[in-house]
Amino acid sequence: MQINAQALITGIHGLLFGGFFILALFGLVVELIRSAYTTPDSNLSERGRSLASFYLWATALLGWAAVFVGLYIVYPWYRAVPPLGTTDFAAFPQHLLLARSATSGWHRLGMEWKEHVSWVAPIAVTVAADVMINQRSAMKAYPQIRKAILVFALVAFASAGTAALFGAMISKNAPVNGGREIHLISQP
Amino acid sequence: MTENTRTAEPLQTDHSQQSSKAPPSGPAAAAILSAAVATCALGIFAVIADGSKTIGLWLTFYRPSGSLSGVTTVTILVWLATWLVLSRLWRNGYVNLAKTNGLAFFLLACGLLLTFPPFADFLLRK
Repeated sequence: MQINAQALITGIHGLLFGGFFILALFGLVVELIRSAYTTPDSNLSERGRSLASFYLWATALLGWAAVFVGLYIVYPWYRAVPPLGTTDFAAFPQHLLLARSATSGWHRLGMEWKEHVSWVAPIAVTVAADVMINQRSAMKAYPQIRKAILVFALVAFASAGTAALFGAMISKNAPVNGGREIHLISQP
Repeated sequence: MTENTRTAEPLQTDHSQQSSKAPPSGPAAAAILSAAVATCALGIFAVIADGSKTIGLWLTFYRPSGSLSGVTTVTILVWLATWLVLSRLWRNGYVNLAKTNGLAFFLLACGLLLTFPPFADFLLRK
């Protein structure tokens, strides 16, 4: 069983960082909705607060890891320019998509939307984490703050979901492949 | 209202909040508004970089990633600067949350719309 280096790192970007970020974001949205129905005197213990802080910062960190690995490692592979005279675009995903009208939309709409909107998610989640951890009393006192944070968390979820959906579909049509072959399990 | 409570106009000062022992709403509002400003900035920079080759080149901080590297870096700087300034201005303040939320949602919607390629292409007459 083997995988090439570019496919492995693309998997880490999309499935590990991106996938766990979306899962954690869903938990954040559920928690924000749940907190609207708690009684005013319900409080977390010290241990509960530190676990909640860890969860929130870890969620934000996953989001930042996904976008930074995507921008500085995977994206350059995706937009690599083929040498003149190239007819096989398999190693040049962006050009492979643009070569046919049936697939060009995955770049023109999918990638161009995904590459920008995905950055909204970690920004929104970092702000949500900060407010939920450091402005807990204000969040309890003012329902407008909780509502605003819920809106930002939902927008982050939708943004990350859009990026993940297009990322998966682009990978299906023009996968990023190349680099050293890595043997994961050797067959006897 | 405590002695060190700051006031700032026009988004700040909600007197209904100050009469009780409610915590200041300013720091949370600063965080929320800064994220909305960042989203709007992201959309504006993305459209500008797409529409102008010169600005697109200026924003190419890392050649292999193209202008996206500059668009996102400048957006993060705008976000952090906005957050820093607003959180200092509203550190102990009581802001009008209806106004700050309204402005934040408007900026958020503008930013999301500007990142949608068909809308950006419409603006750029592509």
